[in-house]
Amino acid sequence: MKTVGIIFSNIHDKEIKELTSNRTLASVPYACRYRLVDFALSNMTNSEITKVGIITKSNYQSLMDHVGSGKSWDLSRKNGGVMILPPFGNRESKVYNSRFEALSNAIGFLKTCNEDYVVMTDCDNVCNIDYQKVIEYHIEKHADITVVYRKKYLPNDDNKVRTQFILDDDGRVIKTVISKKHDVEVNKFSNIFVINRLFLLNILENAEDLEYTSFSRDVMIKGVDMYRIYGYEFTGYYASIDSLANYYKHNMELLVKENRDALFREGGAIFTNVRDSAPCRFEEGGSAKNSLIADGCVIEGEVINSILFRGVHVAKGAVVKDSILMQNTEVGEGTQLNCVIADKQVHVLKGRLLSGHPTHPYFITKDSIV
Amino acid sequence: MKKKKCIAMLLAGGQGTRLYALTSKIAKPAVSFGAKYRIIDFPLSNCTNSGIDTVGVLTQYEPLILNEYIGSGKPWDLDRAYGGVYTLAPYQAKSGAQWYSGTANAIYQNLHFIEKYDCENVLILSGDHIYKMDYSLMLDEHIRNDADCTIAVIDVTMEEATRFGIMSFDESKRITDFEEKPKNPKSNHASMGVYIFKKDELVAQLKRDEADEKSVNDFGKNIIPYMLEKGKRMFAYSFSGYWKDVGTVTSLWEANMDLLGNDPAISLNAPEMKIYSRNEPLPPAYVGESAYINNSIYTAGCEIYGEVSNSVISEDVYIGKNSVVTNSVIMRGTKIGDNVVINYGMIDENVKIEDGVVIGDENSDKYNIALVGRNQTIAKNSKIKSGEVIESL
Repeated sequence: MKTVGIIFSNIHDKEIKELTSNRTLASVPYACRYRLVDFALSNMTNSEITKVGIITKSNYQSLMDHVGSGKSWDLSRKNGGVMILPPFGNRESKVYNSRFEALSNAIGFLKTCNEDYVVMTDCDNVCNIDYQKVIEYHIEKHADITVVYRKKYLPNDDNKVRTQFILDDDGRVIKTVISKKHDVEVNKFSNIFVINRLFLLNILENAEDLEYTSFSRDVMIKGVDMYRIYGYEFTGYYASIDSLANYYKHNMELLVKENRDALFREGGAIFTNVRDSAPCRFEEGGSAKNSLIADGCVIEGEVINSILFRGVHVAKGAVVKDSILMQNTEVGEGTQLNCVIADKQVHVLKGRLLSGHPTHPYFITKDSIV
Repeated sequence: MKKKKCIAMLLAGGQGTRLYALTSKIAKPAVSFGAKYRIIDFPLSNCTNSGIDTVGVLTQYEPLILNEYIGSGKPWDLDRAYGGVYTLAPYQAKSGAQWYSGTANAIYQNLHFIEKYDCENVLILSGDHIYKMDYSLMLDEHIRNDADCTIAVIDVTMEEATRFGIMSFDESKRITDFEEKPKNPKSNHASMGVYIFKKDELVAQLKRDEADEKSVNDFGKNIIPYMLEKGKRMFAYSFSGYWKDVGTVTSLWEANMDLLGNDPAISLNAPEMKIYSRNEPLPPAYVGESAYINNSIYTAGCEIYGEVSNSVISEDVYIGKNSVVTNSVIMRGTKIGDNVVINYGMIDENVKIEDGVVIGDENSDKYNIALVGRNQTIAKNSKIKSGEVIESL
């Protein structure tokens, strides 16, 4: 079952504007020592998929810096490995606006592959999933496309367009619904799917004749009768990163041991690019409760219910509570932070008092001095 | 191929008998240190940070973990197209197989490695010291002095001087006298076990020494005294940073403790001269609701629910509720249950300490450290006295 992976790095950038003004969603820091793309890449490696293309559109410098040769994920290979697919791959190609156009830019890459199947994932999902199980299911059902879904209750005030599936007893998708109205438990699309490579190439190359311009509308909705689309239910831990509030909420969920174990310890390991920071050091007077603190941090103040990325310094008398502080944040003496998300290299001067609310965390942009 | 200016040979075959249980199953340079490192990370990182890209690591005793750890050398940026890091173990040749009989013999048996890279100078290092040093500065001085051999020296106290090779030198730093572990030291300039030789001089000396049947083939005992006697150009290079020999349980413990405090004796946080290590893909470190951490370091994979003071906690260590760990070094993968008390303990890798165990007593101090070897299980509610040693499995 030879399979190639495709990761979409930019597709949901608009949903978290705050964090994606200078980077792709794929390179957004997450969970103390990772970037969102680490989960997709690690899942690929753990599922023995050794050829992966990452489709990019804009702002991909930080992503390229992070991914490098792919060595950290064991994806620096003679045959295959990881490859960044920038938007101007062909002379004719232009910056894409939809998944369909994005894939059209990757036709060249897909043609050079000889794998039978393609696993595609976006970077808005955080989970530890074995793609091989999805592929096995896909083969068993003789499917053209297998979508991964989760059963999830969507509240009425959700107010976001969600893709949902209605399945028959065999697991075949008989209707795809894209809707804003909720208040029911639905089979929600997880933005992960498996597709036959030749089937995909056929659609992409004949898009004009078929009058296809949208993957979800023309293939997933209109195509349910014509194509064999099956649903695979994923029941493990899954976090959908589709807003700043959800980014905050799902990060904080990892303070609970069960969630942490499900994401990091029960499946394959999650790999990341390491920067050789010194171990985290607590000085006299420093303290922490219910927190995740990365290497390179120096803690002289108090840290409660928070997530601190690499190289954060919390000075004497400072109190950091319910906050997410990214790489190299400096928290000045006596400063109090409550429900704050500080992007990289933020310097909060001494004596400041900053506070947000869990549904509206106070966000500080990269490199600011407060 | 271009001639290399300098390559390094790292002596990593030491058995480390004074570290007892810690080295009964692994070579001394592979012993855990400072939460996320192994001792060998220091000389290897120093090489990388000094622009030395070719390193031969001479292994002999229990090399498996060390070999696996070094691997391709990628973590230290030592997987190179021409050069890089290689482990050199004693091997079977046409004329028979031979263990390394001494430090000089180990290099002698690998002369082909040195000749292959056709370098101008050879840096000799040992794998049992903790320090950050830019060898390129020493190399510059070595070349400036047109020295046959340059020896790095550090000033120690007169009491300590009896444990080291001790040197005297004149104003130009030319060495006038060298004594290995003298009873009555003439100075406090101690050899750090870091030498740079002109390659041709080294090759000639090793061949000569090998032919000398009375020699024990040791740099400190044979090669250096002989070269001095023959009036070779031998210079000292003074180093003044942090340097610690970690050959005993107490000194290894002290070196770990030197990483603590508001202004640690050896800082690993500085962006220049980073120390690199091989990292396991572990989840972020978690500090629990009931935890208390004071003046300690820890790293990825740890889960801490108890109380930790003045301690070094390595990767993937679990410390249960109401457990109190003080003045201790806990090495990677060790799991400590609930209600455990550890004071002045050194717990090796992958040890399982069950609930209610007490390690250490009222006599515990840095000279009486309780040592638990790797892969051991300490049964529920048992007691381990200060200074006790539990062998590795």
